[in-house]
Amino acid sequence: MASVRSAVSVNITPPVATPASREAQSPLVMRMTVAKVNFFYGPKQVLFDISLNIASNKVTSLIGPSGCGKSTLLRILNRMHETVSSSRVEGDILIDNQNIFAQDVTALRRRVGMVFQRPNPFPKSIFENVAYGLRINGTKGSLSEAVEKSLRHAALWDEVKDQLHKSAYELSGGQQQRLCIARALAVEPEVLLLDEPCSALDPISTAKIEELLVQLKDLCTIAIVTHNMQQAARVSDFTAFLLTGQLIEFSPTPQLFTTPSDARTEAYITGRFG
Amino acid sequence: MNNRLRYRKLLSHFMLTMTGLCAFVAVAVLFFILGYLVYHGGTSVSWDFFTKLPAPVGETGGGMANAIVGSAKLLLLACLLGVPIGFFGAIYLAEFSGSTTAFIVRYAADLLNGVPSIVIGIFAYSLVVLPFKHFSALAGGFALGLMMIPITLRSTEEFLRAVPRSMREGAMALGASKWKTIASVVVPAAYRGILTAVLLAFARVAGETAPLLFTAFGNRFWSPGWTQPIASLPVMIFTYAIAPYDDWHRQAWAAGLVLLGLILIINIVARVILSRGVAVPRT
Repeated sequence: MASVRSAVSVNITPPVATPASREAQSPLVMRMTVAKVNFFYGPKQVLFDISLNIASNKVTSLIGPSGCGKSTLLRILNRMHETVSSSRVEGDILIDNQNIFAQDVTALRRRVGMVFQRPNPFPKSIFENVAYGLRINGTKGSLSEAVEKSLRHAALWDEVKDQLHKSAYELSGGQQQRLCIARALAVEPEVLLLDEPCSALDPISTAKIEELLVQLKDLCTIAIVTHNMQQAARVSDFTAFLLTGQLIEFSPTPQLFTTPSDARTEAYITGRFG
Repeated sequence: MNNRLRYRKLLSHFMLTMTGLCAFVAVAVLFFILGYLVYHGGTSVSWDFFTKLPAPVGETGGGMANAIVGSAKLLLLACLLGVPIGFFGAIYLAEFSGSTTAFIVRYAADLLNGVPSIVIGIFAYSLVVLPFKHFSALAGGFALGLMMIPITLRSTEEFLRAVPRSMREGAMALGASKWKTIASVVVPAAYRGILTAVLLAFARVAGETAPLLFTAFGNRFWSPGWTQPIASLPVMIFTYAIAPYDDWHRQAWAAGLVLLGLILIINIVARVILSRGVAVPRT
């Protein structure tokens, strides 16, 4: 896999799980830092003392069995957890060394975009879907140029360029999901979070999106939650394995899948549970 | 065994016939009323009916132009009061309120919906007519508007709630504020349903008589402005139907036909809007 080549030389030691690039040719830049995060839904603790770094212009994947807290962790990164009123976070999360909880939430979400499990286009035209983020942020300049650029980045332009004013619901599921990616890319986020983006898609659409993710690394930093270990192995540079709310192992992807350092990681990737 | 089977088949046929018959009666009532109205009032629905004032007592002819315009004015006032309150109240209910508040408001709205319309009339009478010492279009519109609030509120809320959460999250993840999300994604996604809700509420109060009897009162002439007693189709039907003149009875039938026609058209329009594809796919 082309995507994992650059990360092989990086050495990571859990549980601090900071990919330190001692001998790497191009030193890794950390885009986001999660430091000692505990998370609660009401009285129930969902995440326990999670610390990890998300490297700039790399793909970081979060894997683990259902209910391990991987989606929750992802949603905290752009504060989507705040839509649930009983939730509570302890610990620090930084983006470019700024605390995400100290900034305006709408500004943060512009910097950290998100794509969801099921395609969720708005009941608007294809064009308006992509332009939405630009419109609400009052972006100046040519909307149509920006829309075309985003659709090209999402590898959707050629399929929709003649039907930009059709309803987004006329697209197939895979196209809708790429539209959602284009919509997120339009506001030029620094980080793109994807929450099991292929779980509702067929294998061909999935392959297209995986291919797309690898290309998007030049544009932004990517964090992806997936229940599909092959997918994590194919697209990501770093992989974090979570189990019952704890970060068990965080390593460069090839290392995690070939020589896992924790017995639980090995049990999971060899299919003994989950 | 064979007998048992025969009995069951017989029972099945009997029940099927019964339920079918009941369904038929339910539908037939509408067409019976419609046919009856056409039979009695059809001949009196003429150009004059729509353009002329009521004829003086003792003379035949004349129309109900003032009542048609009056109904339109009353319904306009009712919409001005009922639609914004119902709509924004529904937004609060669906998007902001906690479960306890929502329960109380919803329950109160259902109760308000069940308040007999004559009681609404008395309420409007004491609140608007008495202080102004005058029957008026305002009082009538107020009474009808009160009736529109709970209908608009409850159905708008249902349609807002039907918009999937994932769509709200999609907008918020792009940096939209809560208000922006509601205004630019949730309401547009639910607008067909909301429009239907408003039309059905409108159709519902268009035929109300009791709240108008001692608020708008009625008028045999044009009613300029908003502070004079004003004629309306339902009250006109009431007055004409209990009058001792055959010609008035015919006109009452005609007014009934026009009113029912109006309500049917609104209903059909509402259905068409709703069926032209629900904007949001159910997941």
